Amino acid sequence: MSLDLDDIREAFRYFDSWEDKYRFVIDTGKSLPTMPEAARIPENIVRGCQSQVWLVTHQRDGKLTFDIDSDAHIVRGLIAIVLAAYQNQHASDILSFDMDALFDELNLIKHLSPTRGNGLRSMVARIRHEAKQAA
Amino acid sequence: MNAANLAMREDFPILKRSANGHPLVYLDNAATTQKPQQVIDTLADYYARYNANVHRAVHALADEATQAFEGAREKVRAFIGAAHTQEIIFTRGTTEGINLVAASLTSRIGANDEILITELEHHSNIVPWQMLCERSGATLKACHVTSTGELDIDDFHEKLSRRTKLVAFGHVSNALGTVNPVDELIHAAHKHDAWVLIDGAQAVQHVPVDVQALDCDFYAFSGHKMFGPTGIGVLYGRLELLDALPPWQGGGEMIEHVTIERTTYNQLPYRFEAGTPNIAGAIGLGAAIDYLNGLPRPELLADEQALVALTISRLKQLPGVRLIGDPAERLSVVSFLIDDCHPHDIGTLLDQQGVAVRTGHHCAMPLMQRLEIPGTIRASFSLYNSGQDVERLVAGVEKAIDFV
Ligand SMILES: Cc1ncc(COP(=O)(O)O)c(C=O)c1O
Repeated sequence: MSLDLDDIREAFRYFDSWEDKYRFVIDTGKSLPTMPEAARIPENIVRGCQSQVWLVTHQRDGKLTFDIDSDAHIVRGLIAIVLAAYQNQHASDILSFDMDALFDELNLIKHLSPTRGNGLRSMVARIRHEAKQAA
Repeated sequence: MNAANLAMREDFPILKRSANGHPLVYLDNAATTQKPQQVIDTLADYYARYNANVHRAVHALADEATQAFEGAREKVRAFIGAAHTQEIIFTRGTTEGINLVAASLTSRIGANDEILITELEHHSNIVPWQMLCERSGATLKACHVTSTGELDIDDFHEKLSRRTKLVAFGHVSNALGTVNPVDELIHAAHKHDAWVLIDGAQAVQHVPVDVQALDCDFYAFSGHKMFGPTGIGVLYGRLELLDALPPWQGGGEMIEHVTIERTTYNQLPYRFEAGTPNIAGAIGLGAAIDYLNGLPRPELLADEQALVALTISRLKQLPGVRLIGDPAERLSVVSFLIDDCHPHDIGTLLDQQGVAVRTGHHCAMPLMQRLEIPGTIRASFSLYNSGQDVERLVAGVEKAIDFV
C-alpha cells in the first residue's frame, strides 16, 4: 500500500493534537512493507545516529523505486511520508521536490533536522544523490 | 518531595521553562546538568567586571582574574581532597583529561605492557587507550561485565598481571548507573604496580569524592556534569607521577624558557595547561563547587536515590518494560527498553510530553554489544529532581507504550 501525498496533507490539516499526528505517523509506518532480513546488510545502511535505516534503490523505465526500512516505528512512518513523494518518480521530479517544505508544512520539520540523530536527513540526501546519478 | 529539594529547584531558572507545551521534566542529567543562577551570575560577573588574561599580570584586571582563576583551582583541590593545588589540572572535560594522561604516558608504555579497562566504559575511556596502544604496541584488555551490568570482579583479577601498566575504569557507569567497587579495584591494581585512572564524570555531582582516601593516581571529571559550565573539567594527578610525565601540548603558559633550539617547561600544573585556559569556565566551576558545598548533600542524595528506586518499581509495573542492568549499587541512572519498540520511538514520544531523556548507546557501544541491545532509554536523575518528575516520566512511558 502506498500513501498519497494529498491524503497525508489532508489528514494533517485536521490533526489538532500531537497525539493524533504521531498515531498517524506510527500507523502509517506499520503499513510500510518490511525489508527482508537478507537486504538488511551493512552496504544498505544509511548512516544515522540512533535508529537504523536501510535503503535499496531500483530503476525501471526511467523511474526510481525504493525499498526502505527502519527498526524504529516513528522513523518508518516518516519514511512512508518521504516515499509518498519519491516512490516511482523520475529522477528530475525527485530532485525538484522540496522535502523540507513538505515537512515544514506537516510540522514535522524537527525530524529532518541535522541535530536529530534519526538518519532521515541522510536518507533524503542519499535518495537525492541516487536521483542525480540516474538523471 | 522534601524542603531541601524544593528549595534547590528554585535556583535553576531553566527548570521553570516548558518544552513542547509542557512544563519541562529534565531527566538527562548524566549528559549534562542544568546550572544554578549562582553559576550563571558568576560567569556574567566575570565578563562584565574583570575579564582579562591570567598570569603575568601587570594590571588590576589581570590580577583579579588570576586570583579568581587560581582561587577556583584551590576550591577544586579542597572539593576532591587533593593534597596540593599543583595536582589540579584544568582541562576541557573528562575526555581531555584522559587524553592528556594517555598522551603523556606514551614514552612510559612499551610493546610488552598491558592496559586494563572494562566493558562498562564510556568511549572517552576506551578510545584514548586504543590510540595509546596503537602508538606503543601495548595490549588493551577489558574486564567483562555480567548480565546485571556489574564488573565481573574475578575476570578483573584474572586480567591484572605484572604486565598491566595502567588500569582505567569509571567510578559510576553513565549507561547503567552501576557504582564500581573502586576501593577494591584500586587496591588490586596497585598490588600489581599499575597506575589507576578513574573516570569520575558520573560521580562528582552525586557523591563526595576524596582522591587521597581513594588512593587513585588520576581522577578525571567534567564541570558541566556538576552544575558548572561546559568546556571546563579537571584532571587530578598524583604529584610525583605528574612531575615525572612530559607535557602533551606545547604553547604559551606551559613554558619556562624558549629558544629556537629548545624549551624548558613550566612547573606544575601549568606544564599541562598550554594556551589561554578557560578562565570563565574555571571560575564558574569554582562557583558550582561553592554552590554544592552550600547544599545539604547527604539529604538530597538520599532523596535522589529514593526517586531512582521509585522509578524502578513504577516502571516494572508497566507492560513490556525491561530494565537494563540490575546493579547492587546504583546512582542516578535508570536504563530500560520497551518490548517491540526502538528506544528512539519512546524518546520521541516522551519529548512530545515535555520529558527529556536520552536514547541510544550512551557512548558505550561495547557495553551495548556485550548486553546485545541496540541501546536503551535512559532517565538520569540529579539532586533537583522531584517525585513529580518520576510521575511524569512514568505517565509518559505508559502513554508511549499505548501508542506503539
Ligand atoms: C562516564 C563518562 N565518561 C566520560 C564522559 C565524557 O565527558 P565529557 O564529554 O564532558 O568530556 C562522560 C560524559 O558523557 C561520561 O558519562
